[in-house]
Amino acid sequence: MWFNKNKNTPQKSIHEIRFVVLDTETTGFSFYKDRILCIGALSIQNNSIAVRNTFEVYVNQNIYNKETAKIHGILKNSKKELLEEKEALLQFLDYLGDAIIIAHHAMFDIQMLNHALERQGLPELKNEYIDTSHLYKKTLLKSNLLIKKKQYSLDELAEKFSISKEDRHTALGDAYITAIAFLKIVALLKQKKEVTLKLLLK
Amino acid sequence: MKNTISERVADFLKNYPPFNLLQKKELLTLSEQVSILYQEKNSFIFTDGEDPHTSFYIVHKGAIALHKASKRNANKSEIIDICDEGDIFGIRPLWVKENYKLEAIAHEESIIYAIPIAAFKPYAQNNENVGNFLLESFASNTANPYSKRHKGNLYTSNYSENITPEVKLLDLQPVTYSKKLISCLETTPVNELAELMNKKRIGSIVILKEGLPIGIVTDKDLRTKIVTGQYPITTPASKIMSSPVITYPKNMTVTQAQMAMMKSSISHICLTEDGTVNTKVVGIVSKHDIMVSLGDNPAVLVKAIKRTTKHKQIKVIRKSIMNLLQGYLDENIPIGLTAKIISELNDACIKQVIEISLKKMTTPPPTNFAWMAIGSQGRSEQLLHTDQDNFLVFEDVAEDVLPKTTNYFLKLAKHVTKGLNTIGYEYCPAEMMASNPKWCLSLQEWKNMVSHWIINPGPDEVLMSSIFFDYSLSYGDKNLVDQLSEHIFTTTKKYPLFLLHLTKGALQNPSPSGFFRSFLVEQDGQNKDFFDIKSRALMPLVDAARVLILSHSVKSISNTWERYEKLAELEPNNSEIYLACSYATKALLKFRTKQGLLHRDSGRYIALDKLSKEEKIKLKRTFKTVKEIQELISIRYNVANLLG
Repeated sequence: MWFNKNKNTPQKSIHEIRFVVLDTETTGFSFYKDRILCIGALSIQNNSIAVRNTFEVYVNQNIYNKETAKIHGILKNSKKELLEEKEALLQFLDYLGDAIIIAHHAMFDIQMLNHALERQGLPELKNEYIDTSHLYKKTLLKSNLLIKKKQYSLDELAEKFSISKEDRHTALGDAYITAIAFLKIVALLKQKKEVTLKLLLK
Repeated sequence: MKNTISERVADFLKNYPPFNLLQKKELLTLSEQVSILYQEKNSFIFTDGEDPHTSFYIVHKGAIALHKASKRNANKSEIIDICDEGDIFGIRPLWVKENYKLEAIAHEESIIYAIPIAAFKPYAQNNENVGNFLLESFASNTANPYSKRHKGNLYTSNYSENITPEVKLLDLQPVTYSKKLISCLETTPVNELAELMNKKRIGSIVILKEGLPIGIVTDKDLRTKIVTGQYPITTPASKIMSSPVITYPKNMTVTQAQMAMMKSSISHICLTEDGTVNTKVVGIVSKHDIMVSLGDNPAVLVKAIKRTTKHKQIKVIRKSIMNLLQGYLDENIPIGLTAKIISELNDACIKQVIEISLKKMTTPPPTNFAWMAIGSQGRSEQLLHTDQDNFLVFEDVAEDVLPKTTNYFLKLAKHVTKGLNTIGYEYCPAEMMASNPKWCLSLQEWKNMVSHWIINPGPDEVLMSSIFFDYSLSYGDKNLVDQLSEHIFTTTKKYPLFLLHLTKGALQNPSPSGFFRSFLVEQDGQNKDFFDIKSRALMPLVDAARVLILSHSVKSISNTWERYEKLAELEPNNSEIYLACSYATKALLKFRTKQGLLHRDSGRYIALDKLSKEEKIKLKRTFKTVKEIQELISIRYNVANLLG
């Protein structure tokens, strides 16, 4: 797997850049024991999301956890078409290309994917990424007296930005909420200063 | 490829014509072709003369304004239409393969769906109903206000040049009437009828017989016939009703309704299916409804606000408030008066949001509380939609029930802040809102907090105080506010150093003009080269007024120019400068409001090159006053000592 990493990326206007917003549903929080059940992703370019160009695959896994199933609702023997992990990952890498990753608590999804890639003997992700949970904090005013929360959950963001939570806890649904939140955050930041990719990645 | 998002898109589309005419399967296939676009406020979707896009658009969230460049004034364009949720726009040019004749601009931050015409066309051609819908909408020549009654119609660019500006057209707008008709039978006793009217907060009620209107009872009938003792309160409705009913068809215009009322000197009109008494009643129009739709009367707007039961309804009324504001500014009504009226209306909205939120709570409040506005809202200087800044204080309770009480009020505050957001107040980026646990406290907790700020006046504490100390009561128990104010005065008296720090804070705003009296503009960001009227001109005046009024322990005046007027009274030897400050504040606020309305933003940043020479001179004149008042407080509180 190879791709051209565009070295000029930082000079591109953020409208030209392709972002891939992703979310995974997993059996739990352990990078070693737990497995990815579903990968959902969509791409943003020029403030636009093309519905037909979205990505959603369900993965066949031997590991299953009744507790997390209550959250994401993915059943063990669901009727959905399941892909083997390797095939799912290859399709995802193809979709992702050299785009910049956006995710809420991005490190979790990226690590989860990297561990899966490693198991399948594939190289790990080298894409740059933006964490919306981190980015959101930049829209808040700084004052020592106002205690900022360390973490903002996707639910809190959805509430702040009045985004419907109907598809919460499906991979593509969460990716959509994250995408809209991202676009709104960028619009807020623009009011303060010029928004460059460098600023977003910081 | 069917997926979560395309399903959601289909879910949305199925509620709006012509998509509601499609089969579920067709809709799903179409939804997969959609692109979801995020439009920042004031961004263009298409411009006048542009080649047609490959897609037409439907508003998912927000609002898109269709503008037509004005022939008379090159810089000004007229709004032809505002498309809300579910409205389609930009389809006709694609259909007839013409360039756009209008421009579409995001009126507020919006999400729109772009639907490829190629994917949609087959349905219009194969499905007769869809085709008819399109033809009808193209032919109806939909232009501004009329379309409000035709939800879902297509907004075409088939707009004739001869249409006069939208304001005048308002008269031709169909009347709005409440569709949930409240009625009762001719046999209903008057006391029951009055109770029903009370409960529904209406001033008139239709009397039906076998589903057809036979009479109407209004407040006036109750007053003249029941309260006078002429009839007992158990009289059946038929005895006191006005009969027969004067009926009109439901699609009459505002002007027609007004004429009809004048003609028969009545204040209520009954609307029926075909305009005769022989068909079903569809609604009642009152004088009040008409005045609301004309939107030029604050008292009527207040009444309308009080009748709302949902936050969304208030949002609609706020649009009328903005029209009113524009009207006042155009008519050059003194800004002091304008600000008073608009703040009253904004206050009424906030009160109603709280009332509605209280109804959402399962139990009544466990103790007295007060909802307080702070910052510009607290000072009644907020004319345009801006951020919400507020806090909540509740009466002290026993320690063991404190957590439970706090939780109750936090939950209430969440409803309220969300409601305020719905009606147009952005969330405060610094989280200075009652929904933040730090801003929802008991009286004693607030007293401790305020004492802490006054006793340890670091830069953050001073900043907090300067926002907090301009509070005013929005809703609830005034007693709590007085106690808090009393506490602030006694504490500042004990720690006079605080005033000095507050003064220092007041002097930290950047200066409005440079050495050669040129404007100083912003250096960075989106507002580069713009003049920041808020922090460079308004805030120094606001901050100085706060320090001075606090040193005189004057409570319950939080408005800046009223503070200066009071100060002029208290210190006659300085009255000249204080009155100049009062004038300058008003002038600057007017300036800011006009700019804000023009650009539909907070008006904070001003493009200097767009100002006329006269406007620039006016603006500069206020700077002299800003400098003078800064000198006055700097000398009075001896800030030099602190800085040195």
